[in-house]
Amino acid sequence: MQEVIERYADRIRSAAAEKKPLRLRGGGTKDFYGQMLEGEVLDTRACAGIIAYEPTELVITVRCGTPLAELEAALRAEGQHLAFEPPHFGPGATVGGMVAAGLSGPRRQAAGAVRDFVLGVRMLDGRGDDLSFGGQVMKNVAGYDVSRPMAGSLGTLGLILEVSLKVPPLPFAEATLKLEVPEDKAIAMLNRWGGQPLPISACAWAEGDLAVRLSGAASAVKAAREAIGGESIESGQAQRFWRGIREQTDPFFHTDKSLWRLSVPSVTPPLALPGEQLIEWGGSERWLASNADGRTIREAAVRAGGHATLFRASDKGAGAFTPLAPALAKIHRHLKQAFDPAGIFNRGRMYPDL
Amino acid sequence: MNNGFRLLDPVRQAAAVQALRAILPAEAVLYEQEDTKPYECDGLSAYRELPMVVAMPANEEQVGRVLRACRELKVPVVARGAGTGLSGGALPHGKGVLLSLAKMKSILALDPVARTARVQPGVRNSAISEAAAPYGLYYAPDPSSQIACTIGGNVAENAGGVHCLKYGLTVHNVLRVRACTIEGEMVEFGNEALDAPGLDLLALVTGSEGMLAVATEITVKLVPKPETARVILAAFDDVEKAGNAAAAVIAAGIIPAGLEMMDQPATRAVEEYVHAGYDLAAAALLLCESDGTAEEVEEEIARMTAVLKRSGAYDFRISQNEAERLKFWSGRKAAFPAVGRISPDYYCMDGTIPRKRLGEVLRFIAAMETKYGLRCPNVFHAGDGNLHPLILYDANDPEQLPRTEAFAGEVLEKCIEVGGTITGEHGVGIEKINQMCVQFRPNELALFRAVKRAFDENGLLNPDKNIPTLRRCAEFGRMHVKGGQLPHPELPRF
Repeated sequence: MQEVIERYADRIRSAAAEKKPLRLRGGGTKDFYGQMLEGEVLDTRACAGIIAYEPTELVITVRCGTPLAELEAALRAEGQHLAFEPPHFGPGATVGGMVAAGLSGPRRQAAGAVRDFVLGVRMLDGRGDDLSFGGQVMKNVAGYDVSRPMAGSLGTLGLILEVSLKVPPLPFAEATLKLEVPEDKAIAMLNRWGGQPLPISACAWAEGDLAVRLSGAASAVKAAREAIGGESIESGQAQRFWRGIREQTDPFFHTDKSLWRLSVPSVTPPLALPGEQLIEWGGSERWLASNADGRTIREAAVRAGGHATLFRASDKGAGAFTPLAPALAKIHRHLKQAFDPAGIFNRGRMYPDL
Repeated sequence: MNNGFRLLDPVRQAAAVQALRAILPAEAVLYEQEDTKPYECDGLSAYRELPMVVAMPANEEQVGRVLRACRELKVPVVARGAGTGLSGGALPHGKGVLLSLAKMKSILALDPVARTARVQPGVRNSAISEAAAPYGLYYAPDPSSQIACTIGGNVAENAGGVHCLKYGLTVHNVLRVRACTIEGEMVEFGNEALDAPGLDLLALVTGSEGMLAVATEITVKLVPKPETARVILAAFDDVEKAGNAAAAVIAAGIIPAGLEMMDQPATRAVEEYVHAGYDLAAAALLLCESDGTAEEVEEEIARMTAVLKRSGAYDFRISQNEAERLKFWSGRKAAFPAVGRISPDYYCMDGTIPRKRLGEVLRFIAAMETKYGLRCPNVFHAGDGNLHPLILYDANDPEQLPRTEAFAGEVLEKCIEVGGTITGEHGVGIEKINQMCVQFRPNELALFRAVKRAFDENGLLNPDKNIPTLRRCAEFGRMHVKGGQLPHPELPRF
């Protein structure tokens, strides 16, 4: 494996010398995500395999090119999982891409996001230097936390070679309920439940239907079922439903319109924007299928205290991500310079000047 | 050791005082020795230095102006909350400004529906939970110093606590940090949604020990208070058995609300102090807590009990009520003051190790006790592998501190060797800066320094902490060859 890594490092060094952009890519299942795709592809799939897995330490260390499905199967065999339910968006999804994209699924609100489970990374920076940060332990505050910010960095800071993840146990019991409620009431209910010790692990509201998933000890799930009410969904059907939300194969996502992801405070009232909405994460995540003007959508998200991402669209002229305030943008540029002085990694993928 | 004898530069001091007085009222700028003395150290009192000036801004605008003034004068700035830190992260700079955020202690907003609190950096950790209690909510991270430590300091250190295996560290419970850069510009890391555009700088600044920016406002997540909690107190005749029992609980798919261990010397020290009724014959005690609804807790306690029995616990007690639960916890919570009673001074370490290497590390510590002639009881966050060995020494004996530091250094390096880290939750500060040279390679340290420059080009925010220079590592390397004994112990080293 060291040979593969050295080959990657050589490529990075020569690209840096010629200032030629490199496009870091695993299975390419998330090519649609972000702004531009520029440069020659550096395929990360040669660097694959699980390096170490200690179920009793709740930690797995895995190489970037490992198929996400393979990682999940290994965890399932030990009764553990990736609690943030990352979307695959296709059979080829890799672990490196999962971390770099930083996308979390339905369980995010209850369990945390990708970054909350990253314990350490080994990476190649823009000089081709082989660097390790964080580690394989739960608590580690030595030096700056460089590993968590790799989640969602879209490959702009470096090539993730290995990542150590915290892997909690699977819940003992699970149940899904369905309730018929209008949007404003659903948002209010989700926030009220959020303030109670209920084991809600996912929710999805669309077109007057609210689905709620409960996960935890059997007794807690049972008690919560009674507290919440609604109609019970059979487990096979429920699993298919949540997979559809996670992987965006649910009919809601079959749309010709642009798909926006609005991340807002959970208490944000219904957003009066043209198009259809699906609400997740206790009200904090609002998917919007809409052809409305990008500026209108972004302004609504910012007014609510959040931001809007143009997630899937044939035209990303409006910019994939909400622009940063000048002081923050300056820090981003300086950090990019620190990690990737020649500016070769995934140029323009996040913002045109990064 | 530096005892604050670094020569003060009166001209530089006068210039700083004058600049700060143009921004702050006279009583918020301290420079007489009797006024600055209380700020000479933080919770790591073995390291002291008088700050040149203490500035006490009362609002964000003043923080910005103070930082801008310091930048113009090229004066280093060390931010400080309650000064409870255990690694010397808030040790003042003798030629710099100590920026006390103690006056900024308002809870600005608490939204029980959104379950967030927006607070100033000087708000105490437990004050947030107290304010949230009427709504059945609390702020989860609970470092032992929570009644005194401030949220600003918690963010700077990424503080943990005994419940963090289940509820996370500071980084998992903070949504947004509004901060001021050394250039006096306000920046927002994160927001009141669950994520923010761009790089995750919220994660980067959390735990950055006040070296990247100064937090002026923090939004934290509040979570529902568990309905009930119960704890199992299990006794083992062997330390490794207790460590394996902790692993077995987790292997059974349980994430306990708390999972703590004490070895026999620690148990004996605390029992004398709190009279919790601990079994003094036990080689190790394990505290294993479950929280949630009453039914949930009952289910989990039964499951935990079965696992602990199978793992060789010879005695069990399960708390029957809240008073008993608190009594079982009292010794663990009071471990540091209890140890403080049996020894004039103690030196607390903070390494984290993979749990399976516990036996090996404890045997190593026992060997070091013999080698250095110093006692070292152990308390251990068994759930997350964070070890707090407490080396007992007497600071009045000038020869004991260097011996203690050498002992600690060897233990920290052992933590690295077994795949762990030199600090789990207390931070590097000034205390463990030499061991950073062992944990990280030169190019990794170089990247840390580049990150620092991306925020603070001239290195004015909390200089000489956390990230060592290559030169320091080179010097440490030489000292290291000589068995950890310092060549000139009388010289200021930091």
